[in-house]
Amino acid sequence: METASASEDVLDSPRQTRSPRRVQDNLTIVLFLLPALVLFLTFVVYPILQSLYYSLFNWKGFGPAVDFVALDNFKRILTDRIFMKAVGNGLLIVVLSLTLQLPLSLALALMVGRDLPGRAFFRTIFFMPYVFSEVITAIMWLILYNPDPERGFINAVLILIPGVKPQPWLGSPAQVMGCLFVVLTWKYFGLHMLLYMAGLQNIPQEIEEAARIDGANRGQLIRYITLPLLSSTIRTSVYLSVLGSLQVFALVWIMTLGGPVNASEVMATYMYRFGFVRFWLGYGSAVAIVMLLISLAFSLTYQRLVRQPDYLSGI
Amino acid sequence: MVTTYLHRSSIWRKNLPRFFQYLILSLFVLIVFVPIVMLVFGALKTRGEFMTRPYTPPIPPRWENYAKILGMPSFWIMLRNSLVVMLATTTGVVFACSLAAFVFARMEFRGKGLAFNFLTLGLMFPLTIAIMPVYLVIRQIGLTNNLWGVIVVQIAFQLSGNILILRGFFMAIPVELQDAAYIDGCSAFDFFWRILLPLARPALSAVAALAMVASWNELLVPLVMIDKDKLWTLPLGTMQFQGQYGQDLALVAAFVTLSAVPAIIFYLFAERQIVSGLTAGALKG
Repeated sequence: METASASEDVLDSPRQTRSPRRVQDNLTIVLFLLPALVLFLTFVVYPILQSLYYSLFNWKGFGPAVDFVALDNFKRILTDRIFMKAVGNGLLIVVLSLTLQLPLSLALALMVGRDLPGRAFFRTIFFMPYVFSEVITAIMWLILYNPDPERGFINAVLILIPGVKPQPWLGSPAQVMGCLFVVLTWKYFGLHMLLYMAGLQNIPQEIEEAARIDGANRGQLIRYITLPLLSSTIRTSVYLSVLGSLQVFALVWIMTLGGPVNASEVMATYMYRFGFVRFWLGYGSAVAIVMLLISLAFSLTYQRLVRQPDYLSGI
Repeated sequence: MVTTYLHRSSIWRKNLPRFFQYLILSLFVLIVFVPIVMLVFGALKTRGEFMTRPYTPPIPPRWENYAKILGMPSFWIMLRNSLVVMLATTTGVVFACSLAAFVFARMEFRGKGLAFNFLTLGLMFPLTIAIMPVYLVIRQIGLTNNLWGVIVVQIAFQLSGNILILRGFFMAIPVELQDAAYIDGCSAFDFFWRILLPLARPALSAVAALAMVASWNELLVPLVMIDKDKLWTLPLGTMQFQGQYGQDLALVAAFVTLSAVPAIIFYLFAERQIVSGLTAGALKG
């Protein structure tokens, strides 16, 4: 813009900096940004700022918010054992995703590789659960997890092993998070595998060939060539996975309602319970603000700490 | 003898890992299919059959459950509501995002970086987290129990990601084309409308496919904003149906499979677009 206006200045008389072209361009910029900006300000930015205000009130949704309680809502959230349980469960999902789900997706992507016959078929099948809604996924698995081995397929298979008893699954506080994690993995491993497959496709084949000629075996190839070159995809996948863990709602709400005895509570179900079921709008706003701060803090730290220069620019 | 033995062992060494690869991959194919197949099996049984032997193949298949669901006016109303919301949301997303992405990819102005960072801030505020604040605003402007309320919120929360994706696609279109068009007297709008958009059709369909999937499956916005059952979308209706008919699991299974059919058909046709949208978003983001 600076250079463009400078050259125009040279050509035109010094006073005529506002050429019709510039005016037209500026008009285009404003009109083109307007729809997105208006929607974004009205339905994303403004609501958050407003909730920041409401979070300071004890407001049950009837009439205007008048009962100012300062930071009491926040104090109560951060000392609530159930909220802490929800945060803990969120962290558990993050840890399990990063240690089991993503490595599994990566291993499957490496297995399919660049040119395994049937590659497209496997991708189509593995990615399919991603397009089912969480509601459908939840109901499917609810039927499978039925604790009665006469009714629930998982227990029916399990008791075929001699000496193994049917398990309560979703009914057990100790097992419920593991069960939910299996469902989350079923639904989302295909997405991560897809990302890794696309990342693998972007690695120049010549580099792998050169390493192979230099005598690298398959393990060394993966350790020293493939993984480092895949690092930007891995970072993205980790980021998506963590942000996704913060948003788990429908699956948990439909399968367990956060139970038994809050054993599978996550932050989104906590917010829904207090904000919408009990209709404590002030308290619900405060929960939303806490969740937003967690999301924001994670995004900013992650971008600052983990984003390092790519090994090869342009990949 | 010796040579054939060696030859055979090298075939083994070459093919054995491949055999295990296929074995493991097939195992995962099986795992993906088990819940789906069980659901379809269940839907094709009577209520009694579902209770007594829920996971055997449905022989003979009973089509009554499907007939019953398809005979419910409420199912078709939900289907229509979901279609309306999905089409309007997708149109809105493609419209607003392509305009904004064009400005960020191809025009220069003061504060461009700031504006871009601001608009993509939404990536850090996912809809699930912001649902309470958004609900309060929708309530204030009287858009609860209105599909437009669902639509505008879904559009607003899909802006950031899709602007990012489209900007990447638009930046990949050669600058020379733009220079040539400007020299020939095109305005920025002409260039956008006549040259860039037609060239970017694959990108637009990728974004549209992503928006469709996201909107079609979204539960939370209609759940908190819609009370009237005449306005339920399919995910919300499916959830309510499961709550209401939870005892008749065969019927629930039929409802769920029918509500999954549009998604599966769409996936089989638009897999390429969905995949290219997701990978573009992830690799550029």
